[in-house]
Amino acid sequence: MEFGLTSDQTMMQESIDRTLARVAPLERVRKAGEPFARDVFDALVELGVPGILIPEEFGGLGLSLLDAALAAEMLGKHVAPVPFVASAVMAPLALTGTGTEAQKKIWLPKLASGEVVAGVAVSEHASGAREKAQVTAKAGKLSGKSLFVLDFNGADIFIVADKFGDLHLVDAKAKGLEKILLTTIDTTRAIGELNFDNVEAEPLTGGNGPATLERMIDAGRIVLSADTLGAGERMIEKAVAYAKERKQFGRVIASFQAVKHLCAEMVAELEPCRALIWYAAYGFDALPDQSRRLAAHVKAHLSEIGPFVARTATEVHGGMGFTDLLGLHYWFKRIGFNRQILGGPEKARHDAAVAQGWTGN
Amino acid sequence: MDLSYSPEYEAFRDEVRAFAKEFGARAPRNFGFNEETRAWQRLLIEHGYAARTIPKQYGGFGGTADILKSRIVAEEFIAAGLPMGMQNQGISMLVPTLLELGTEEQKQRWIAPTLRGEVIWCQGYSEPGSGSDLASLSTRAVEDGDDFVINGQKIWTSTAAQADMIFCLVRTEPDKPKHEGISYLLFSMKTPGIEVRPLVTMTGRAEFNEVFFADVRVPKKDIVGQRGQGWLVANATLKHERGMLGDPNQAGTRFKALVDMMMNEEVDGRRLMDHPVWRDRLLKLQARVLAMEYHGLRLLTASLKGEDPGIARLIVKLQGCELNHQLAGFANDILGELGILYGHSPHLHAHGEWQTRFMFDLGLIIGGGTAQIQKNIISERGLGMPREPKAAS
Repeated sequence: MEFGLTSDQTMMQESIDRTLARVAPLERVRKAGEPFARDVFDALVELGVPGILIPEEFGGLGLSLLDAALAAEMLGKHVAPVPFVASAVMAPLALTGTGTEAQKKIWLPKLASGEVVAGVAVSEHASGAREKAQVTAKAGKLSGKSLFVLDFNGADIFIVADKFGDLHLVDAKAKGLEKILLTTIDTTRAIGELNFDNVEAEPLTGGNGPATLERMIDAGRIVLSADTLGAGERMIEKAVAYAKERKQFGRVIASFQAVKHLCAEMVAELEPCRALIWYAAYGFDALPDQSRRLAAHVKAHLSEIGPFVARTATEVHGGMGFTDLLGLHYWFKRIGFNRQILGGPEKARHDAAVAQGWTGN
Repeated sequence: MDLSYSPEYEAFRDEVRAFAKEFGARAPRNFGFNEETRAWQRLLIEHGYAARTIPKQYGGFGGTADILKSRIVAEEFIAAGLPMGMQNQGISMLVPTLLELGTEEQKQRWIAPTLRGEVIWCQGYSEPGSGSDLASLSTRAVEDGDDFVINGQKIWTSTAAQADMIFCLVRTEPDKPKHEGISYLLFSMKTPGIEVRPLVTMTGRAEFNEVFFADVRVPKKDIVGQRGQGWLVANATLKHERGMLGDPNQAGTRFKALVDMMMNEEVDGRRLMDHPVWRDRLLKLQARVLAMEYHGLRLLTASLKGEDPGIARLIVKLQGCELNHQLAGFANDILGELGILYGHSPHLHAHGEWQTRFMFDLGLIIGGGTAQIQKNIISERGLGMPREPKAAS
């Protein structure tokens, strides 16, 4: 019985942390650029991050979802403006889950090496359809639209779920595919809209599409939650450091109990989230019968605690917290993005209830 | 991360299950200060399921510290519906303190009968004027020959009416700074001059007492640690209490009861579980219960490895007590108007226990270091934020 990280895992986290501190300081994050911060992405490619879940036989690191969550925590901590949740987590799971041998051989090595970036269009299944979005497949062609496509900008391919939950691989340059970038609060990650007008697509037929789609969504939820954990940790660090420096009424504001208690509350709420994420991520691989429920719980809980920390840390900074100059809002918005994507807390809790048989669909 | 148990522990689990099967019938029907409970306690010590790590020479089982085994015992006893060993302040707080700081004579004299439930202790710490600022306590002990003569008052003393003995903080050096003038004394509750008055709380029950001392004469030799060092001795004890108050297993047990209620309680002929608003609230609490349970596993692993989990440990009392209170509050809400029924009212559900727990939990949030004191500890010790400057007096 060991509920904790291995020294390899701790070392991997530290090396991602150090690398991002070097290549992705806030000045770099501010100018994320198009389609994403390529130099930051390249530095992560060196560490193998895009291939973290991809089996070694396809050029990846062949690690577990817990490792991916630990990496995501560091990405959130540094508000890294790079693709990850779709390209390094959900798309590889789609291919390993239900890709044919040929599809795996072509795409997995390219995803692992960072040569190809994959977007993922599953929002209608994870959160429910908005704006009448729906994708239908007929004789190898896709029609309709999908919204809130993850890791959208710079994607070379898209993994698209049709209305039955079957999965398709679409070339970003395919004829009849219209791509519209959506502007969100969070400038560090791009989402977009795909409109399909009889677009040629390769079905992923090596396994069970809908079951794989569920696994992708579960993994995405855990990884986004870990991103929120990292962003929240950094916000607490910044709030505490600021409070120790800022003087009012002749003393540092960190000596006022009103301020100290805000900081203590943030830690008290966020720290148990770490164990919840570890368990859910471990469970994704080791306890698959529990993983739907755990992933939904993690997503719901971090979607509540993350914004509490984001708001409180901003308040501890006083007026400065509200400015663009300080840049705290990059973490605030990252956490806000993570809350809504792949199912907000109400939807995730509903999914957790369904997974326990407490209600029907 | 590896949540499986090694064969050694699986074998231990089998052993505990076999015990439960063979001896389960001897479990006391009425757990309390009585002979059937003491007999059960002796049986548990003999098998190493209570007082596991206390050395044999002091009446314990003499096993090595193994948190995992303690956890397995707890899991299997809960599963079999058997009561664990006695949990009182003597066993949980005084015994570890004596082991750490007592003289050999004190250990020989007190530990074994305390473990067997033959000597019941109460704790004399809080005073009407000294709650969060415990070190300001003013119960005086004045030296007179071989004795101290004690005058003053304690409050929030649970089990004082049943207790044979008290471990008590008194001021022996009134001229020294407040933390350096306190001593930790052991004495009999039957000593002349002690008066115990039950303290009825908001629950309507007397879970605590007030204890008054008027010229209470006790032997000087029954001091733990040196004169004036009682504050250090007390802190060794409080450390044990804080672990006790934030028990995540309790939240898990309560949550299971809530799920049962949601499945069985009906409003307008419809199960509560089928009402989305109620279900959503239940699930919010479930995430918190799970997070604290896994947080507990993380702390357990850290202790097994001899690592200091730092700030992760400091939040347990605050979060654990608050969560239990929220669970009880939700149970009251599930019951609607039935939830405010109390005492022996008709239509009581769940024995009317949830309101009592809801209120008593508030006592636990306040006792053992209030939520606000916990936040000071988290921010000062955990985050390195400075103490509030002393007010000019």
